[in-house]
Amino acid sequence: MDYLLNEQQVMIRDLARQIAREKIKPVAAEYDEKEEFPWPIVKILSDADLFGVYIEEKYGGTGGQGLELALCVEELSRACGGISLCLAATALGTYPIILFGSEGQKQKYLPDLAKGKKLGAFAITEPEAGSDAGSIKTTARKDGDYYILNGTKQWITNGGEAETYSVIAITDKAKGARGASAFIVEKGTKGFNFGKKEKKLGIRASATRELVFEDCRVPKENLLGKEGMGFIVAMKTFDKSRPGVAAQALGIAQGALDLAVNYARSRRQFGQPISSFQGIQFMLADMATEIEAARALIYAACRAIDAGSKDIARISAMSKLFASDVAMKVTTNAVQIFGGYGYMRDYPIEKFMRDAKITQIYEGTNQIQRDVIARTLIKEAASK
Amino acid sequence: MNIIVCVKQVPNTANVKIDPKTNTLIREGVESIINPFDTYAIEEGVRLKERFGGMVTIITMGPPQAEAALREAISLGCDEAILVSDRAFAGSDTWATSYVLSRAIKKFGPFDIILCGKQASDGDTAQVGPGIATHLDIPQATYVKKIEEIKDKLGRVERLVEEGYEVVEIPLPCLLTVVKEINAPRLPSLKGKMRAKSAQIKSWNAKDLECNHKYIGLEGSPTKVVKIFNPPPRKGGAKLTGEPQEVVDKLVSMLKADGRI
Ligand SMILES: Cc1cc2nc3c(=O)[nH]c(=O)nc-3n(C[C@H](O)[C@H](O)[C@H](O)COP(=O)(O)OP(=O)(O)OC[C@H]3O[C@@H](n4cnc5c(N)ncnc54)[C@H](O)[C@@H]3O)c2cc1C
Ligand SMILES: Cc1cc2nc3c(=O)[nH]c(=O)nc-3n(C[C@H](O)[C@H](O)[C@H](O)COP(=O)(O)OP(=O)(O)OC[C@H]3O[C@@H](n4cnc5c(N)ncnc54)[C@H](O)[C@@H]3O)c2cc1C
Repeated sequence: MDYLLNEQQVMIRDLARQIAREKIKPVAAEYDEKEEFPWPIVKILSDADLFGVYIEEKYGGTGGQGLELALCVEELSRACGGISLCLAATALGTYPIILFGSEGQKQKYLPDLAKGKKLGAFAITEPEAGSDAGSIKTTARKDGDYYILNGTKQWITNGGEAETYSVIAITDKAKGARGASAFIVEKGTKGFNFGKKEKKLGIRASATRELVFEDCRVPKENLLGKEGMGFIVAMKTFDKSRPGVAAQALGIAQGALDLAVNYARSRRQFGQPISSFQGIQFMLADMATEIEAARALIYAACRAIDAGSKDIARISAMSKLFASDVAMKVTTNAVQIFGGYGYMRDYPIEKFMRDAKITQIYEGTNQIQRDVIARTLIKEAASK
Repeated sequence: MNIIVCVKQVPNTANVKIDPKTNTLIREGVESIINPFDTYAIEEGVRLKERFGGMVTIITMGPPQAEAALREAISLGCDEAILVSDRAFAGSDTWATSYVLSRAIKKFGPFDIILCGKQASDGDTAQVGPGIATHLDIPQATYVKKIEEIKDKLGRVERLVEEGYEVVEIPLPCLLTVVKEINAPRLPSLKGKMRAKSAQIKSWNAKDLECNHKYIGLEGSPTKVVKIFNPPPRKGGAKLTGEPQEVVDKLVSMLKADGRI
């Protein structure tokens, strides 16, 4: 399929593909096994300028937008859906600054994030506040030139590894949904510590940690946007970042299909390659078709968002919902095609199935995506 | 530091075909790549720039399509590129090639270090680097596996030799040919690729270089290739199996029949 990518988009795709093939694929199993953070790969992606593909040139990026990020994340995820997250989650942490940062904040934080010199992270989830993000309890109390943060964020991707955190906290409980605010918090700030690193089913090369704030004093210049805009920052960030999760899912699905096709050609049963059985062929055909549909939807979503469309919540949620469901289905079937070998850790395919699962859960579960989509439908109908 | 890297574009295949009439390589229809050894020279050039500052200029002699190799080198961190190209250069042997390259380097101006690959994967002679140094009358060190230091216009390098390595001091300006042990070439960067796409590439012909026509092309090449051929594939040996006594007897009688013992 020709998606009419421009010259620079093709360069990004090809470069990410080359890095995925030559540098990530050979080490993916090892990082998964050891649950280590892939710092050497971070260095490679940084040297290749890939951390800045969605950031303006004046802040050190290469001037692309969401589609450039999606192309990059897709290709990296074909080799490892966990390793690709060091870059994708940095983007998630960076979007609040791009969208709501002041000129000074942008100049201070974006260049290092664009270069991959520093990683980013985004923190809203808490033990008691997942889908129901509105019930977060972390507080930020104004005290002179500072806000004092107290509370615990849970399951934060890149937690502990990143330097720059976008954190949502309650500044005025009485105001409900308008009582939250977003802050940039730097690693190393006094009173900002990390909890244990989680052990996970998949994306094990990605670090997931607790952020613990105990009387953590954050300078008031680090407030993103205005006080009370916390949930708006979060929602607008997700609208931009969900196609990135979708691209991660797409890459995982494509990587699994690549392996399944090759395996089907080489595995022989009943005196012939299993790829000669129509039952297998139909599975492969459906997998490829759904992947292509996901890709088309993601790229279309990115293009609409990048072009500045207004109501992007629906298309953004659709791309994440559809691509992650496709990824789960495709990777499950890919394991099926590998048969018993597919169930063994000695073979690469089971990892794809484990990695795919998270894409249905984070940045809003797929139930929440459906909720977002349905609400826009109902609201639209009601306004007519 | 002013660094020059000489690269050659070569066909991307181990089994290049030879034109039986002209005894030269048939290059048409084969994907071209940067000579693999030259990728180490490029990387070392860029590392020298990172260590000591300065700039890296890449030079290739070849047909117009060799420009692709130059753009790739820019995407890997080189700053400027010069294509040395002229129909009159066709048929140059290693002597003529190194003469032309030395003319290009003379025209380029002052430099500190010239880096070449150890050898080209197609021609395989390993003569062009030393040839350039000779034409320019500068010192050379071949098979360099490490540039230890460069201080006060004096370089200290390690040369890979069969028994280990030699440490050699060499005054600048000089020419080094490098082996693959010297580094691990980096991947291109996105900004490098973008720069490569729009980079201006200088192109110099025989006239620009004020080449002596007696020294270039087929005529200027003292080496005359009489014949190039693919050696016949080696025939597999015979394998004797059975009980040791049996096998030894068989072997002895075969050697006798062959008149070897
Ligand atoms: C590996 C990993 C990395 C993560 N990284 C980050 C990060 O970087 N930053 C961050 O802030 N968070 C992060 N999260 C948190 C993630 O976004 C949440 O886990 C997710 O939003 C779901 O919240 P929950 O786990 O509390 O599930 P719950 O909200 O408890 O949901 C449980 C189940 O109920 C369903 N459900 C809930 N509400 C509804 C409803 N209204 N209608 C229908 N069904 C509903 C859900 O879909 C789900 O199936 C991460 C999580 C994981 C596992
Ligand atoms: C006897 C003989 C006759 C030949 N006749 C012809 C002919 O008629 N037509 C023809 O097309 N070819 C001919 N060739 C091939 C051509 O001369 C060589 O390919 C060329 O001189 C380079 O030599 P090489 O490939 O052995 O490179 P090597 O000497 O092995 O290369 C060493 C290093 O020198 C540098 N280098 C080599 N070539 C170049 C270049 N062109 N530009 C920049 N840097 C370079 C690179 O850094 C390279 O790593 C002939 C070769 C020989 C030996």
